[in-house]
Amino acid sequence: MSNLIKYNEAFISSFQITEDQLANLTYQSVQGWDSVGHMALIAALEESFDIMMDTDDIVDFSSYEKGKAILKKYNVTI
Amino acid sequence: MLINNFLSPKDSIAAITYEGERVSYNDLVSFASTLYNKINHRCLIFCMCQNSIDSLGGYVSFLTNKVVPLLLDASMDITLLRDLINLYKPEYLWIQTSRTWEFPDEEIVFASKQYSLIKLHFNTGFQIFDDLALLLTTSGSTGSRKVVRLSYDNILSNAQSIAQYLSITADERPITSLPMNYSFGLSIINSHLLQGATLLLTSGSIMQKEFWNLLKTEKATSLSGVPYTYEILKKLRFLRMDLPFLTTMTQAGGKLDIDLNREFTEYCQSANKRFFVMYGQTEATARMSYLPCEQALLKLGSIGTAIPGGEFSLIDENGAPITECDTVGELVYRGRNVSLGYAECGDDLCKGDENAGVLLTGDLAKKDSDNYYYIVGRKKRFIKLFGNRVNLDDTERLLKALVFECACTGSDDRMLVYITESGIADEARKFISMKTGINQSAFVVKQIDSIPRNSSGKIIYSKLDI
Repeated sequence: MSNLIKYNEAFISSFQITEDQLANLTYQSVQGWDSVGHMALIAALEESFDIMMDTDDIVDFSSYEKGKAILKKYNVTI
Repeated sequence: MLINNFLSPKDSIAAITYEGERVSYNDLVSFASTLYNKINHRCLIFCMCQNSIDSLGGYVSFLTNKVVPLLLDASMDITLLRDLINLYKPEYLWIQTSRTWEFPDEEIVFASKQYSLIKLHFNTGFQIFDDLALLLTTSGSTGSRKVVRLSYDNILSNAQSIAQYLSITADERPITSLPMNYSFGLSIINSHLLQGATLLLTSGSIMQKEFWNLLKTEKATSLSGVPYTYEILKKLRFLRMDLPFLTTMTQAGGKLDIDLNREFTEYCQSANKRFFVMYGQTEATARMSYLPCEQALLKLGSIGTAIPGGEFSLIDENGAPITECDTVGELVYRGRNVSLGYAECGDDLCKGDENAGVLLTGDLAKKDSDNYYYIVGRKKRFIKLFGNRVNLDDTERLLKALVFECACTGSDDRMLVYITESGIADEARKFISMKTGINQSAFVVKQIDSIPRNSSGKIIYSKLDI
């Protein structure tokens, strides 16, 4: 599975949304992405990419796009 | 003490926001009076709350000038808000200016930076009981119409008691991690304003950078949360952060998982912080008990003892007092902070003190030989989902719009919804999450052949797995 598919799947399963909603997704822009959904997303990403994110990156992970830049720090290229 | 002396004018800073605004106690007192001059009489107002200067200024203006506010979440769904407006018929609405378009036919009589005062046109003539200070919702997320009536003495006595047992001074700088319209969040605001402390206001959640930036730059001295907050803090590796200025942590709003409780207790002891596990209900203004931090490990899992001025006792099923240790009964609280009662519509605002200082908590508890209390269960039909109190009868009623019959049960952070129709479990889960605004991971929907009922048709919840 490519990194992009894994990345998208983490959002789709954590927030119960569809692929076409991903593009401009930001924190609290869909009902599923609240604080509870956020923790689910981080857990899904950490598991998929076998990484452990720093606090600063977890709280900075505020959009679908921004997340790609953050994951680069962990040598994950989306 | 009189409520109009709740805030004492002084040069010191009352609140700082993430955006860098700073308001002094003088500013707050002066704003309170400017806003009150536009209203100028005792009446009911809906105050839409967020952790911001204008929301805070509105609240203290109403409280100190004896205008009675119902505190609601600023982002409350417009349908639910209109329902409450029609039911309670407030004279005014204090609301974010960005939402005034939702009331196109109403008159805006005053505007501050972010908020507007809207005059609604009801001809009510409601009588308002003299001691009634404030209304708070019990289960905001399900749009429950039942609100708790609090008196001026309730608010003052509880704030004083909290300030006493937490030793709150003017040097404290609590950061707002809970909504202002939630009794626990409001109690932090009240007890600190009373002592002349500085509030750090942010509507950002602990999942957001804004929150942590404010906490660090302004050196917050205390942080409070519900059990779910502590779960998030752990996942955010809070236990590895170096925050020497943060000296107090408090927890209420439900029972903290025992392992998490131990972990935070040990962390706080080693990091030279005070950690208080506390217990309360909106029906008692906020706080009823606390576990002194020096007892935290010894009495792990306990809600402690009653706050200064309060008293606990236990009663059995027949209402007879239980005096023995380790015997479970309903927890009863006595104190000046016990609310006046409930209201379910505007007509109820004339009601007097129906509780007379005694609250049957609906929680089942036992005590140990040192008179420390432990909650073991609940009589009432509600659970807490990520800190939100959710009435199970309310959710059953909401679900009736979708399914013919259902039964809601469960435990904290996990609601079980039993339905008999097949093929709509997913839809039901989405529906109840949308209606309550609570993440769908809190709901499990199970399809069964029939809902177990007794001969009179009442659901037998004990036959359903939790």
